[in-house]
Amino acid sequence: MRVVTLRSAVCLLGRFPALAGADLEVDAGEVVLLAGPNGAGKTTLLRLCAGLLPLRDGSAEVLGHDLARDRQSLRREVGLVGHETFGYDDLTVAENLTFATRAAGRDRAAADAALTRVGLTRVADVAHGRLSQGQRRRLSLAIALARDPRLLLLDEPHAGLDEDARAVVDEVLTAAPAEGRTVLIATHEVERARHHITREVRIAAGRVHEVPRSVPAALQAAP
Amino acid sequence: MNLLRDSLLVAGKDLRIERRSRVALQQILPFGGIVLIMFGFALDPDRGLLARVAPGLFWTAVLLASLLAVTRAFAIEDTNNARDGLRMAGLDGAAIFLGKAAAIAAQLALLEVVLGIGVVVLYDVEVRGIVLLVCTAVAATIGLAATGTVYGVLASGVRARETLVPLLVLPAVTPVMLGGTRAFEAALDGVPSDGWPWVQLLVAFGALAVIAGIMAFAPLLEEG
Repeated sequence: MRVVTLRSAVCLLGRFPALAGADLEVDAGEVVLLAGPNGAGKTTLLRLCAGLLPLRDGSAEVLGHDLARDRQSLRREVGLVGHETFGYDDLTVAENLTFATRAAGRDRAAADAALTRVGLTRVADVAHGRLSQGQRRRLSLAIALARDPRLLLLDEPHAGLDEDARAVVDEVLTAAPAEGRTVLIATHEVERARHHITREVRIAAGRVHEVPRSVPAALQAAP
Repeated sequence: MNLLRDSLLVAGKDLRIERRSRVALQQILPFGGIVLIMFGFALDPDRGLLARVAPGLFWTAVLLASLLAVTRAFAIEDTNNARDGLRMAGLDGAAIFLGKAAAIAAQLALLEVVLGIGVVVLYDVEVRGIVLLVCTAVAATIGLAATGTVYGVLASGVRARETLVPLLVLPAVTPVMLGGTRAFEAALDGVPSDGWPWVQLLVAFGALAVIAGIMAFAPLLEEG
């Protein structure tokens, strides 16, 4: 089953075409690495697939939702771990997680399971504003997982994390296909991510280029 | 049913944040009190005048304090880009609007009770129509909160939000200022029955503001 289909997708940030005719197809259960330099359009592609950015031209379908018409209902089925945590500083870890989980129509058990999975149980009653950067990113991952998304979008999920937390991200990537989840991951830690992915694409100047599996790693790094 | 559940979820979240941060208690409430006291200093030589203009002064203090509450309600969504989290939450735009408006209304209701006591004590006014007073306050608060929520989300994506909110909200809530003041005049020192047509105006304004908010909030949240 096709989960993501982008055809000549154009997405603007202000007047700048952050995606300038991107084509991408992702099937269910795939873990796809988006590689590319800063400003290539990786974050924009993930936010477009999350239904947070409007499509300006071309066509885009994610989980059967046409992004030109229906972004609202798509968001219920997608989990996004972005550069920022989306958390409220004055709420505790548990309260932030419970709010997101209940908003998605899921029960308390889903929130508890996600909290345990990312290893934040010990700080469940600590305010978000008092968390370290690494703990915040763990919470962001927990919020995404608690919603049990069919499509998980990870934007630099290893950034600012200690080795334990990186291992949690790796575990999520490894388990994704078995959990019926499709993953798009943008990261500069390409070598680490390559252990867990099924496919790699490279983004440059707002366009997506397939990286053949047979190409040696040294050549894959070239633009 | 989902709309009610989701609205309560958003309202509960906003009120819990306010309870923790104490911005409403430590900044908005004192600000309203200071406005009342400043009016008292300005008009004190004429004690009779102070009692006569008390309804207008009360609603002016409420309107000014409500600007802080509206700005605050959307400032909490800017930190950590929580606004995107709210969009990703999968909640209906109408539920987010009703929840945020309800949280603002709850804070304004508390503010009005405290300022009302302040007016009676400081300005030496006599209350004759308590039912009219309560109905006016409820209808005006709904209109004020709903209008503030609509313009709050409209201004929330703009850098100069703090200065834009007063420019947008104050002209739009003129009916609240007018209706609230006239109805309070009737309840405090006039004939209470004269105040009910103004309550009807406030109810109509509040209903329109809620309907407009339900329809407009989701697109405005997307545009911000």
